[in-house]
Amino acid sequence: MKRYRKGTFVLELVMIAVSLVVAFPVYVLVNLAVRPTSDTSSPIRPTTSPTFDNFTQAWQQGGLGGALLNSVLVTVGSVAVILAVSSFAAYPLARSTARWSRGLFLLVMLGLILPFQLAALPLYQTMRDLHLLGTPWALILFHSGLQVPFTTFLYTGFLRALPRDFEDAALIDGCTPAQSFRHVVLPMLRPITVTALVLNTVAVWNDFFTPLLYLSGSTQQTLPVAIAGFVGQYVTDWNLVFAALAISIVPVLAVYFALQRSIISGFAGGLKG
Amino acid sequence: MPAASRDPLPPPAAVVPSRPRDGRPRDGRRRAGSPWWFAVPAMVLFAFVVLVPSARGVYYAFTDWDGLAPDFSFIGFDNFTGLLDDPDAVRAIWHTLLIAVSITVIQNVFGLLLALGVNSLIKTRNVLRVALFAPAVITPIVTAYLWRNLLGPDGAVNSLLGAVGLGSLGQDWLGDPQLALWSIVGVVVWQFGGYSMVIFLAGLQSVPKEIHEAADIDGAGPVRRFWSITRPLLTPALTINLMLSIIGGIKLFDQVYALTGGGPGHATDTLSTLIYKDAFTLGEFGYSVALAVVLTIIVAVASTGQYLALARGERAAS
Repeated sequence: MKRYRKGTFVLELVMIAVSLVVAFPVYVLVNLAVRPTSDTSSPIRPTTSPTFDNFTQAWQQGGLGGALLNSVLVTVGSVAVILAVSSFAAYPLARSTARWSRGLFLLVMLGLILPFQLAALPLYQTMRDLHLLGTPWALILFHSGLQVPFTTFLYTGFLRALPRDFEDAALIDGCTPAQSFRHVVLPMLRPITVTALVLNTVAVWNDFFTPLLYLSGSTQQTLPVAIAGFVGQYVTDWNLVFAALAISIVPVLAVYFALQRSIISGFAGGLKG
Repeated sequence: MPAASRDPLPPPAAVVPSRPRDGRPRDGRRRAGSPWWFAVPAMVLFAFVVLVPSARGVYYAFTDWDGLAPDFSFIGFDNFTGLLDDPDAVRAIWHTLLIAVSITVIQNVFGLLLALGVNSLIKTRNVLRVALFAPAVITPIVTAYLWRNLLGPDGAVNSLLGAVGLGSLGQDWLGDPQLALWSIVGVVVWQFGGYSMVIFLAGLQSVPKEIHEAADIDGAGPVRRFWSITRPLLTPALTINLMLSIIGGIKLFDQVYALTGGGPGHATDTLSTLIYKDAFTLGEFGYSVALAVVLTIIVAVASTGQYLALARGERAAS
């Protein structure tokens, strides 16, 4: 429809300038993280004698290795449970026209609105009474329940848009509903599963408020809480803090750039849910 | 689950038939509605983590429980009337609304402009799209700590302003009560503008090229084409974006906690930070859940109101 004109070139320059401004904090982050503490020149001046000392020091003193492992455990465990139970639940919600099914769907919609601050405090008491506070299991349990409404909502919307002819054929051929789900429905759920996987992984990995409550005082922190604790402890030594921040950002950005196509379409895919 | 989904879609004939059950009808429609137990695991988790604690939260909002003592008494609406007399709470409600509305407006305008920019013919569009979205995947608490340093009096933002000759614009971005709230809004927009962009972009790419070409031939300029073609077809993307940013803005916690902790003074306290402080540092559990009930009502009103308004808009546009 259009060709590359002068105006397009100007737009190109403007967009590149905007992106550089957006990327500016990351530049400062890396610049200060590799700077020796003795260097007190302006934060935007490129560091002349880069060092990795801050990284090794932050890694050891912040206990970031253990925290990274805990974050992986909590994220993988939670997301596996969330996807399993939500895709299961969406099947009757999308296919049954019974009154209980519509009632349950409304309950799920209610779950989308309820802010977690309301449930977080009473649940804190329950977790304490069950002696689950301070363990990663509390977090897996918590995220699994918290993300169910949204994920079930995504799956149900997707399933409702799928034709049910294949399932009906399977049922007429004598499949049980469970077999029909396993062999017919599940393979068709792949696109929405990518979306649910991406959105839930990011939500659980990045969560700060819940581990702050449920793991407080424990040695088993997730990465965001470990970083917050580290910042509180070394608040005057920003080069060290920046190294810790960089350590937590690098794996996330590495995964993001490696899988950017699926991740971006995963985020945009929620649109159709 | 992902392993199973890698199976190719089998033709219905390939599915292993089960033995017919005794006397149960083989009618597909009746049996399709039956697996209600599929929903049980999800609903048990949902009830344990969300529904039951939320209901208990509403109940505690009418008590004076401190969160620890074995006994407490029922005090009716005292927490809620007390809330209206508490200047901190009233201010926090105002800050919450101000932050939510500002983020919603600024982030969506910024996101839409970015989406239009990368949806053009520029050569760097793919690289820029990936780069501009990147902040949205980074842990918010981590970006907030990063910005806390950048926005400090000797931070990189003031240094950058100085380097381009605008040193006089330098500010104590987080220490000035007039500015701190807007700095928080700026950090959130920086992080999630790319998220709005991606959703708008998906909407823009769903607009068929032929319609634009036809309008071009009919003599419509770029502004006219945007207003008459793109804008109405963007409504679903706009619905999602407004919903995400308004609810995210109302619940905002991490960024406020890390950037200002609600300060300076109470200049940036929101409902979320006040709930946290009252429950865990002041031991006013009943009062804290009463604040959470107010937060719930605000979220519920905002999301249903917006849903209804946009559903009407969508019908009018189609």
